[in-house]
Amino acid sequence: MSYSIRRIDACRVGRRGADLGMADSSEAKVISERVSVAGQETKPKPKKRRRLKVAHPERCIGCLGCMFACSRVHTGNVSLRDSAIKIQTQGGIEGDFRVVVCRGCNDPPCVRACPVGALERKPDGSVVFHEELCTGCGQCQDACLIGAISLGRGSKPIKCMHCGACVAFCPHGVLTFEEVPS
Amino acid sequence: MLRRVLYIDLGNEDAWVEERQDLFDQWMGGTGVGIKLLMEECPEGVDPLSPKAPIIFCIGPLNGMFPVATKMVATFKSPLTGELGESYAGGRLPLAARFAGHEAIVIRGAAERPSYISINNSDVKIKDATSIWGVEAQTAGMILREHEPGIGRRSIIRIGPAGENLVRYAGVVVDTYRHLGRLGLGAVFGSKKLKAMVISGTEHVEIPDHKRYREVYNKLYQTTVQTDVMEKYHDIGTSVNINVLNWLKGLPTKNFQSSSFPEAENISGEILADKYLFRRLSCAGCPIGCIHIAQLKSAFSTHHEFEVRKVSYDYEPIYSLGSNLGVSSAEGLLQLIDACERLGLDVMSAGVVLAWATEAYERDMITPQETLGVPLQWNNVKSYMNALEYIVRPPNEFYAALAKGVDYASAKYGGADFAMALGGNEVSGYHTGPASIVGQIVGVRHSHLDNAGYSIDQKAAKKQLSPEQMVDEIINEDNSRGVFNSLVGCLFARGVYTSENIIDALGAVGIEKTKDDLDSLGKRIFDEKYRFKTREGFDLSKVRVPKRFYETVSTLGKVDPQTVDEMLRLYRKKRGWL
Ligand code: SF4
Ligand code: SF4
Ligand code: SF4
Repeated sequence: MSYSIRRIDACRVGRRGADLGMADSSEAKVISERVSVAGQETKPKPKKRRRLKVAHPERCIGCLGCMFACSRVHTGNVSLRDSAIKIQTQGGIEGDFRVVVCRGCNDPPCVRACPVGALERKPDGSVVFHEELCTGCGQCQDACLIGAISLGRGSKPIKCMHCGACVAFCPHGVLTFEEVPS
Repeated sequence: MLRRVLYIDLGNEDAWVEERQDLFDQWMGGTGVGIKLLMEECPEGVDPLSPKAPIIFCIGPLNGMFPVATKMVATFKSPLTGELGESYAGGRLPLAARFAGHEAIVIRGAAERPSYISINNSDVKIKDATSIWGVEAQTAGMILREHEPGIGRRSIIRIGPAGENLVRYAGVVVDTYRHLGRLGLGAVFGSKKLKAMVISGTEHVEIPDHKRYREVYNKLYQTTVQTDVMEKYHDIGTSVNINVLNWLKGLPTKNFQSSSFPEAENISGEILADKYLFRRLSCAGCPIGCIHIAQLKSAFSTHHEFEVRKVSYDYEPIYSLGSNLGVSSAEGLLQLIDACERLGLDVMSAGVVLAWATEAYERDMITPQETLGVPLQWNNVKSYMNALEYIVRPPNEFYAALAKGVDYASAKYGGADFAMALGGNEVSGYHTGPASIVGQIVGVRHSHLDNAGYSIDQKAAKKQLSPEQMVDEIINEDNSRGVFNSLVGCLFARGVYTSENIIDALGAVGIEKTKDDLDSLGKRIFDEKYRFKTREGFDLSKVRVPKRFYETVSTLGKVDPQTVDEMLRLYRKKRGWL
């Protein structure tokens, strides 16, 4: 059995954030105890890829804090359209929320779909976007079943870079930032 | 930032945009711009339900930009009080207006047949709504969702049958669970044959200095999530006050005949949270998430067949449809709230009207002949459900009178001493003492939220305050709330937005203001509102105070009419009106 060790994120804010941080850290403690029982001393490991994970979508309260954070951090402006994470409603707010965002696939179909190599997969698994190569054809958008890529200004894709900025602005523990198990 | 006003004329089916930088420079936004536009648009002495009476919606410079700046204000002439109508709501409405690029929307005229307005960025359409006229508010929203663009970022506001039938305290339902509830905006919609307005957009807002903006945002966000209100409003929600006020003898019960309700526990926030709460929601842009949704499951046969309804609750509806009607079961309470939601009634006025009717029925001032055999008795939920339906579609004169508010009904049938309205508006759920009474009398829209007199009383319960100190606090709140309501923030977060923080936040979006600017703005907004009120016939010296306020013990003991008179005198003096 393999454990995924969740990063204890120091940038969580607020009282409730702190509570959740504690829950995370005690969980991590349990895991690390078991690891040391098994006699596996922690050695400095090569830096792992980290990605955004929608851990508890059913906890979403629809505040859109994550969307504002994403556009604020990446464009500096206030926009819902420019956010890489989208909170969608199903049947209005009486229904459930859907949190739509890139899940950082290991073999990303969006990369394969791009005819000009504007989306490039790095050896550590992360995906970078070369805007200057992008022709705005939208094939990456079609390739993602989740609908995690939308086209923004100039028909250029808006894709999550797995920076983790939105996690700190989610007040309800929906989002986490995790290391990708190798 | 876009600072423009969208004008829509329902009569000519016309819409246009005007740049009004001066207006926003001078009046900021929200309630400031709202009252100014109302002064411009509303002819003196106009019938509030005539095509000449306008509806004005405004957001402010902080909406969408900072945490908990999540409200939009509507100003209009109230068909309930005949003077200033003002109502606030959150949900997704302010955000949708921001990204559609309209800080203010003015609606003029009346449509020829049932219609709805669809705004998508600068594209404005007036569409036929004949097929949904008469449809309940929730269902109308579901239907419009299928036809309109902007999923996930739009707002749909609509009226129910109450608004269509001009019930003077009909509200407008915003995105389900939020409301432009008070003072009869729903009836004004109805009079214009306006069933709904859908708004969405894809604009974005350019920020002058990204770094400064992020710094201020982070500071305000952290303050918000660290304040006590965050826990209070998020956990049990506003309904936590049911037990608190009951214990403090401030919870109006059975039409204010008592200020504590022996069965309050059954309808308390704690019980609702433990047994019925199934999710919480937030207005877009707010991390607090105070919207509490209960699941009401009721069997409609003996064969395990159920109806499931999702009902949002808060302190005020629990007071007005719960303790004030002697309703002692959570199921009964939730059924009544749900009925108001479907019909599109303001829960607070509806509860106060029913409470007056129940007492009048008890005293034989009205008889089964008037009620059409409906036994209006405390805790009789079934009767109250029937009565609500009758108020919305009045089968006789009596229910038609109830549809005009408690002042009107008591003028016709008697019982003014226990007709619980101040300034023509049915009162809120606090019998805490003189500041609550005076606050609602002098408040610009006769609402507990104008100056939070109830909270000044509660302060006075801990530390003695003189009538003069109370009046000073009321005036201070009157003015500072004018500023906050022009931004437009949620009052739950008013503690976060100190003058200093407001100045920082405005600066970060390119609006430089000083403390003096803000103080004078608050005062100017207040004065302008009173100008409108007096122009439309409001006279502070003629406000009727129902005797019941002086008969029932409050949090601060029995209220002495002389204290109220003295406070009103001081208020006038300090306002320079003497
Ligand atoms: S991880 Fe970064 S890029 Fe991805 S949605 Fe969150 S803020 Fe946006
Ligand atoms: S920040 Fe969290 S709770 Fe708020 S909308 Fe995003 S995922 Fe939902
Ligand atoms: S505190 Fe409640 S009402 Fe205020 S903005 Fe947040 S969710 Fe909306």
